[in-house]
Amino acid sequence: MSVSGGNSRALPWALVTPALAWTLLFFVLPFIAMGFSSLTAHEGGGFTLANYSQFFTDPSYWRAMVNSLEVTATVTVISILLAYPFAWILAEQVPERWQRLALMLAVLPFWTSYVVRSYSWLLVLAQNGVINRALTGIGLIGEPLQLANTRFATVTGFVHFFVMLLTLTIFANLKQLSPSYRKAAADLGAGPVRTFLHVVLPLTLPGIMVGAFLTFVLCIGDYITPQILGGNNELLMPQLVMMQIGRRGDFPLASALSIILMAVVTIAYLACARWLKIERA
Amino acid sequence: MTVNARTPLSSLKSRLAAACAAAALLVAAGGAQAADLNALIWCDHSDPALLQPFEAANNVKVNVKEFEGTGAGLAIVDQSQPGDWDVMVIDSIDVPRGVEKGLFEPLPEDKLPFADLFPEVKMDKSTIVDGKRYGITEKFGYNTIGFNKTKVDPADMESLASLTSDKYKGKVAIYDYYLPVIGMAALAIGKKTADLTEADLPALKAELLKMKANAKLVGEVTASQTALATGEVDILVGGGEWVTAGLAKENPALDFSIPKEGAVLWSQSLAMFKDSKNKDMALKFIQYILSPEGQARLATSSCYWGMPSNTKAALTDEQKKILRFDEQPGFLARAQAYPAPNADLDKKMQDMWTEMLQAQ
Repeated sequence: MSVSGGNSRALPWALVTPALAWTLLFFVLPFIAMGFSSLTAHEGGGFTLANYSQFFTDPSYWRAMVNSLEVTATVTVISILLAYPFAWILAEQVPERWQRLALMLAVLPFWTSYVVRSYSWLLVLAQNGVINRALTGIGLIGEPLQLANTRFATVTGFVHFFVMLLTLTIFANLKQLSPSYRKAAADLGAGPVRTFLHVVLPLTLPGIMVGAFLTFVLCIGDYITPQILGGNNELLMPQLVMMQIGRRGDFPLASALSIILMAVVTIAYLACARWLKIERA
Repeated sequence: MTVNARTPLSSLKSRLAAACAAAALLVAAGGAQAADLNALIWCDHSDPALLQPFEAANNVKVNVKEFEGTGAGLAIVDQSQPGDWDVMVIDSIDVPRGVEKGLFEPLPEDKLPFADLFPEVKMDKSTIVDGKRYGITEKFGYNTIGFNKTKVDPADMESLASLTSDKYKGKVAIYDYYLPVIGMAALAIGKKTADLTEADLPALKAELLKMKANAKLVGEVTASQTALATGEVDILVGGGEWVTAGLAKENPALDFSIPKEGAVLWSQSLAMFKDSKNKDMALKFIQYILSPEGQARLATSSCYWGMPSNTKAALTDEQKKILRFDEQPGFLARAQAYPAPNADLDKKMQDMWTEMLQAQ
């Protein structure tokens, strides 16, 4: 009996060990190494807090964090506003037999290379790009607008990508929603708008929050899109991190900046997790 | 029948055995690569047109790993085992950084064509350390003004002052590399790039901010090249033959100037690793790259063009014309060295560059 009791206790551990080992090897240990590195001087290698103090005392450094948060918040909000109706149309208005095809078409841009997609946006938004040519062609503007190499371009590139991601999470949530909720609301006299606001929307908030959190994490840590589309007219945190590595190889400062970025992501996670918990309760 | 008789366990065992055999093969293949040449390179060296003639002539496979920036290159070396790499391409001014780390092997000057190099690009101050030569310049060029001659007045491009004039506001891109552009800012305010000190930083910052105020974007190699080629901008600060020459056939309107204030000379070197297991082949590779044929192929690499350091490079007349080969003595006389700050000043310069990028 004791043997089988021991086995029953050991089995869950045995099953979870690969995942634990993976996390330990590829997350915990590198994170600890990065933590040590962030407390090391680039020249000489002694202990220092200078890498962290540089971030908090140099306005051009913390400005990168402000920029990142502004861009990420903008992208997340716009993506939710666009993705929700899109997911709703897919889940509620498109006939069941066409939904799979419609969903596949919706995620089609995922199939192209991230870099190629960003450069494509650059060409679309350029001075001689499709948008400016169309606007000048129909006489709406006299001179081309500066769309490429701006924050607008960065946000556009991000939104294009993350609307698809949010659409998937919200669509999945909408599909799981039993029609009986809406029927019950209608029985109780609620109109479509009230049913949506008081029944459907709260029940699909987990899908929105999961998508929003993924958008936040992926967006705030992305280097490619702002680098290609933003024209370096402002720096975001991942660009600042990369700058430290390029020529100078200042891994301690890059590590400190990465840990600060991770701290912000952790705060976002805690905020989302807590909020979702309340909703589920 | 035998197949049907197999149990899941025996099947698992046989698959494990197959996996072990495959792993053993991979290990063996890894060992065999000791005879190959492993090169840490910039993108211009990965052009098959450059590598294949060497591989065929020496029956060797050149394994390349591209990197950008000395810091990133040295980080790759730090993460490797001694002997993993045989040769490295490095900014000439950064050769001493590799020597300080004990990475490089002195080069045998008598076996390399030093006498054929443009004298100005030998870069003895950085490629010779304690009397020993650790790097040989293989390619060079200028961080100067690249422009579209159908969109701007070429006469204006003879002065760095044009970069900050209202006439070209919003028509300018800045190459996103702090050292050469800071060098250009130094030239614009009448400072010598070799003499820059911390005291010069405020004036340099003011000049950089003026450039930024005129610029539409600050872009790395591809972005700035694309901006100039597509007409997004008409002028590239920090551009030169490395941007315009490769595009000459598609876009002959692109050109570069060496303004009256001068330009910043960039140069890249080849170095051999001290722990290379294949030093003979590494030397042969360096000799090939510095040979007239190798130089011509490197100079016209599909990634980017640049001037060959060997005066005897086997370039065609058309290629020489595009690179403005015959004008080099005049250009070199007006060019100034790449800024080579010490670690402290380097950090301050990069922070100044960060401020410039964040300025609105």
